[in-house]
Amino acid sequence: MPDVQALVNEFLNKLKKRKIEGSQATAKQTAELLRSVISQQRVPRTNQAGALIDAVRAIGEQLIVANPIELAVGNIVRRVLHIIREEDLSLTTAAVAELNLSTVSDDDDDGGGGDQDDRPVLSAAAVAAAARNTLRPPSLQMLLEGAPDFVAVPRSSSSGGDSEGKSKSMDRNSRTRKLKHDIIEAVNELIQDITTCHELIAEQAVEHIHQNEVILTLGSSKTVLEFLCAAKEKKRSFRVFVAEGAPRYQGHLLAKELVARGLQTTLITDSAVFAMISRVNMVIVGSHAVMANGGVIAPVGMNMVALAAQKHAVPFVVLAGSHKLCPLYPHNPEVLLNELRSPSELLDFGEFSDCLDFGSGDGSPLLHVVNPTFDYVPPKAVSLFITDTGGHNPSYMYRLIADYYSADDLVVQRRHAAGN
Amino acid sequence: MDARRGSLPVPRVRQVGFFTPNAQPAPTRSQSGPPDSSSPPLSDSPASNSLSPVMIPPPRHHSDNLAAAPRPTSPLPVPEPSPFRRRGADNNNALLVGSYNPAETLLAMSPSSSHVGDGESEETMSGGWFRRSNSGKLASSLPSGTFDFSPVQSTAEALKPNKVQNPVGISAPKEQQPEAPSSSKQPKPKLTKAERRALQESQRAAKAAAKAGGGKSVAAPEEVATIKSVKQHQTQKKDAPQVAVSVAASERKGGDKSQEKERRKDAPAPRMQFDDKSRVEKAKRRSVVDQTEAKKRVELFRHLPQYEHGTQLADLESKFLQLDPMHPAIYKVGLQYLAGDISGGNARCIAMLQAFQQVVKDYSTPPEKTLPRDLTAKISSYVSFFTQCRPLSMSMGNAIRFLKNRIAKLSPSLSESESKSSICTDIDRFINEKIVLADRVIVQHASSKVKDGDVLLVYGSSCVVEMVLLHSHELGKQFRVIVVDSRPKLEGKALLRRLVAKGVHCTYTHINAVSYVMHEVTKVFLGASSVLSNGTVYSRVGTACVAMVAHAFRVPVIICCEAYKFHERVQLDSICSNELGDPDAIGKVPGRMDVNYLNDVSNSGNLQLLNLMYDATPADYVSMIVTDYGMIPPTSVPVIVREYRRDHLLI
Repeated sequence: MPDVQALVNEFLNKLKKRKIEGSQATAKQTAELLRSVISQQRVPRTNQAGALIDAVRAIGEQLIVANPIELAVGNIVRRVLHIIREEDLSLTTAAVAELNLSTVSDDDDDGGGGDQDDRPVLSAAAVAAAARNTLRPPSLQMLLEGAPDFVAVPRSSSSGGDSEGKSKSMDRNSRTRKLKHDIIEAVNELIQDITTCHELIAEQAVEHIHQNEVILTLGSSKTVLEFLCAAKEKKRSFRVFVAEGAPRYQGHLLAKELVARGLQTTLITDSAVFAMISRVNMVIVGSHAVMANGGVIAPVGMNMVALAAQKHAVPFVVLAGSHKLCPLYPHNPEVLLNELRSPSELLDFGEFSDCLDFGSGDGSPLLHVVNPTFDYVPPKAVSLFITDTGGHNPSYMYRLIADYYSADDLVVQRRHAAGN
Repeated sequence: MDARRGSLPVPRVRQVGFFTPNAQPAPTRSQSGPPDSSSPPLSDSPASNSLSPVMIPPPRHHSDNLAAAPRPTSPLPVPEPSPFRRRGADNNNALLVGSYNPAETLLAMSPSSSHVGDGESEETMSGGWFRRSNSGKLASSLPSGTFDFSPVQSTAEALKPNKVQNPVGISAPKEQQPEAPSSSKQPKPKLTKAERRALQESQRAAKAAAKAGGGKSVAAPEEVATIKSVKQHQTQKKDAPQVAVSVAASERKGGDKSQEKERRKDAPAPRMQFDDKSRVEKAKRRSVVDQTEAKKRVELFRHLPQYEHGTQLADLESKFLQLDPMHPAIYKVGLQYLAGDISGGNARCIAMLQAFQQVVKDYSTPPEKTLPRDLTAKISSYVSFFTQCRPLSMSMGNAIRFLKNRIAKLSPSLSESESKSSICTDIDRFINEKIVLADRVIVQHASSKVKDGDVLLVYGSSCVVEMVLLHSHELGKQFRVIVVDSRPKLEGKALLRRLVAKGVHCTYTHINAVSYVMHEVTKVFLGASSVLSNGTVYSRVGTACVAMVAHAFRVPVIICCEAYKFHERVQLDSICSNELGDPDAIGKVPGRMDVNYLNDVSNSGNLQLLNLMYDATPADYVSMIVTDYGMIPPTSVPVIVREYRRDHLLI
C-alpha cells in the first residue's frame, strides 16, 4: 500500500513543519488519514481487529512523534483505536449471541479459533461469558472476578470453524467486510463530529449569554466565533472585547469576523485585559487541548486572563470540541506541552542584530528572546467547559474523556517501546 | 471706539518691560536667591539652564549633578538643551514685535480674554483636570488663537458674559476692551479659583473703605460676571461696585480663612467628564489645540477625551505664529507632549518645570498687577495648554500645585526680580530634591534588594527601574533581567537595547508569555506613574497584569516610585480615570505585514479600538514600594501623603 505510505509521509511532513494550524484541522486530517489507512489495510482472515489496531497504532506513533504538542493527533489516533475495539466487540457480541442462539452444541468445534498469534487461547465458554458480560451492565461479580481482556479477542473465526461448509465461509467473509465497513463508518462519523462540533457547541450559546452581556475573549477560535454568532442570531445583543493575542494577533482576525457579522466589538491590547476585566461579565475562550485533570492548554496569555477573571470572579468558560479532550494528565505542562516560536515575531532581527553581537565572552549570548505558543490554565481557574455534549465542570472532564478512549490506548507508544 | 483702539499701543510699551528681565537676570538672582548648595548658580542663558538636571552620574557627588553633562545612555529622557528655545524666543521677538506682547497684555485686559484665562485657570487647579464648577454661564471661550481681535467675533463672545449687568459695554459694538479708554483702570487679571476666593475675601474686608472711593468703574460689571461663576451671587452683586477698588489694593487678607482655603484647594478637584456634552463644547471652544473628537468611541470610556490623532500637530504648528500669549518654551514642550517626544512621568514633569522656569525668567509683571496673581494665572493658562496637548499626569499636577503654592506664598515685600529668582530656585530645588535625589535614594534602596543569582522581571520602561538595574550591575551583582513588553508602545525594546549595551543578561518577551517566564523570576521591579493613597499603583497599562501573575506565582513585586508622585486621590479600577491613546495604533502592527486583518474594516461602525494608557494595580499585588522616604508597604502611602504633604509643597 504505497499510496497510503505516501499519504502518511506527506501528513508527517506537514505536522513536522507545523503547516497545519488549529486542532480541528489537524484532527480532521488525522482522522481522514487513518480512515484511508484502515480501508487500505489488508486484513488477515483471523484477528482482523488486532491487525487494524497494530496498523493504526504504528502510524499513530509516527504522527504523535511528528508533533507531540498537537495533542489532537494523539486524541484522534486513540479515538480510532477505540472505535476499532468497540466495533469488534459489538460484532463479536452479536456473533456470540447468534452462536448461542443457533448452535448451542457447537461449542467444541472452535479449535479453529485457537490459531491467534499472541492471544491466549480462550474457550468458547469464556468468550460467551465475555460476551455476556458486555451485554450486561458491569456487575459487582464481574469486577471481583476481573474481566478478561476480551475486548480485543478476535472471534471472527471462532464461529466459523470448519464444520460448516460454504454457508459458514460466506458468513465469515461478510463479517470480515462488515468489521472494516463498520469501522470506516464509525470513523466517518467521527470526522462528521469534528466538523460539526462547532454547531453543537454554538447551539448552547443562548443558554449562557444573556442580554447586554459584556464578553471578553483572547486570540481567535472558530468555536468562539460560532458560539458568539449563534447567540447573536438568536437576537441577543451583547458586546465583545477581543484581546489581540500577541504575538500572532489572531484577535484582529476574530474582531474582523465578528464585525462582519454585526457584533459590537472592541479590540484591546493584551495588557489592558486586567483593566477591562472588571467590566466584563464572562470570559469565553477557545482552547488548544483539554487535559484529563480539567486543565487547559490554550494560546499564550490565557493564564493571565484566567487569573484576572478569577480575581474579579468573572466566569471563565472554555469551549472545546470533543477532539480536544486529551486523556493524559499533564506534568509541567507550561514547559513540556509548549513550543517556542520564532523570536522574529517579537524582535526584528535587523533591528537588534547589533545587540545580538554583545557576547559575554563565554559564547553565551546576552540576549534571549522567549516566545512560547501555549499557556496552561489550571483547572481551578476554569469555571465551565462547554463541549459538544454539554457543559461540564473541570473535575468531571476525566469521566467525560473516559467515554471516548479505551484505557489500553492511553499510551500509544507503549508497544513501540516494548517492541524495541 | 477709537479710544478703545487707542489702547492697543499701551501694551507695546510693555514689550520693553518684557525683555528687560532677560537682559539682567543674573544679578537679581544672585542677590536674592536663597542659598542652595545643591544647585549651581543659575546662568541666565536659557541654553545652559535647560541642560538636563536629571542626569545622574552615579559616582559623583550630589552637589554637582545639575551641571553634569548629559550622558548618552541616561535613562531619563530629558529635553535636550535647546538652541531652539533660545532661537525661538529671539525669532519670536523679532517677528512678532507688534503682536507678541500686546496680545499678552490684551489677554489680561480684554474681558473676553480674561474669561478665557479664568476658565483655564479653573480647569487647572488640580493639575489640569477640569473642574466641575466651570464658569458655566460664561460662554466666554474665545479661541486663544484669535487674539488678534477680529472684533465681531469677540463682540459676540463678550456679549454673553456681560449679560444684562453690563450697562456700558452692551451697547458698544466692540466692547472687547471696555475698560481701555481709562488707561488708569486696573487691568483685570486672570483668576484662579483660589484667587477669586482671595478676591472675595479682600472685597469684604475692603468693603467699608471702598465705599469712599466708589468710582463706578466700567470694569466692575465684568468683574461681576466673572465672579458669578463661583456661584456666590448674592454677596458678589453687593460687592460689585467696589470690586475695582478692592482689587487695586488686593493683597491677601483674611489669615485664618486662607488656611481653610488652602486646605480646600489641596483637595483634588473633580475632573472634567467628557461625556457631559455642554461642558465639552465649552472646553473645546476655549482650547488652543484644535482637537478633532474621535468618532468611534468605546462606550465605557465616553467620559475620557479621545481625539483623532495626528491632526493636531500640524495644526498647532501652523498656529505657532498666532499663539501670541504662549511662551515659546511652553509651546515647544506642549508640542513635544503632543508628538510623544517626551514621555515618562519624570521627563514630562521636568520638561514642564523647566519651561515654567523659562517663563518666570522672561516674565515681567504688567503694570498695576501683582506678580503672584498674574503669574499664577499665566501658569494656569499654560497648564491648560499642556492639558490639551496631553492629559497631565498626577505627578505633574503635584508639581504644578507646588509651584503655584510657592508663588502664592511669595512675600509681598520682595521685589519682582527677587520673587522671580526665588521661584526659579524653587523649581530647581523641586527638580533636584524631588526627582533627582529621590531617584538616587530609590536606586540605593532598591539595589540593596538585588542579590546574586536573581532573575528580575521588569515591565515596559521605567527610568528609575532602569537606574536600579544599571546600578546593581555596576555594583557587580550577578543577575538576569527579563524585559516584558507589550504593544503598542513597545517601550521595552529601548530598555532592552540599553541594558544589553551595558552588558546585562537579558531575556525579552511579550506580556502574554509572562506566565511562562514567571517560574524562574525571583523579583519583579515595576515603575509607577502615580501611587494613590489607597495603595493602588497607577502605571503603564499591563503593570497590573504582571503584578497579578507575579502574585499568583508568589514572586515579590517591588514598585519604585518617587514620593512626589504620590497622590491623595483613590481609585479602584482603571476605567474611571485613564488616558486614551491613539486607537489606530491598535489596529496596525508595525513590522508585521501578515497582520493586516483590520485594514479594510477599521472604519466599520461596530469595531472600536481601545488603546488604554494606564491601569490600576490593586494594593494586594504590591509587596513593597521603594520611595525616597524608604521602603514602605502600600498601606503606608496615605501616611506619606499626609505627613509629607506640607513638605511636598514647601520643600
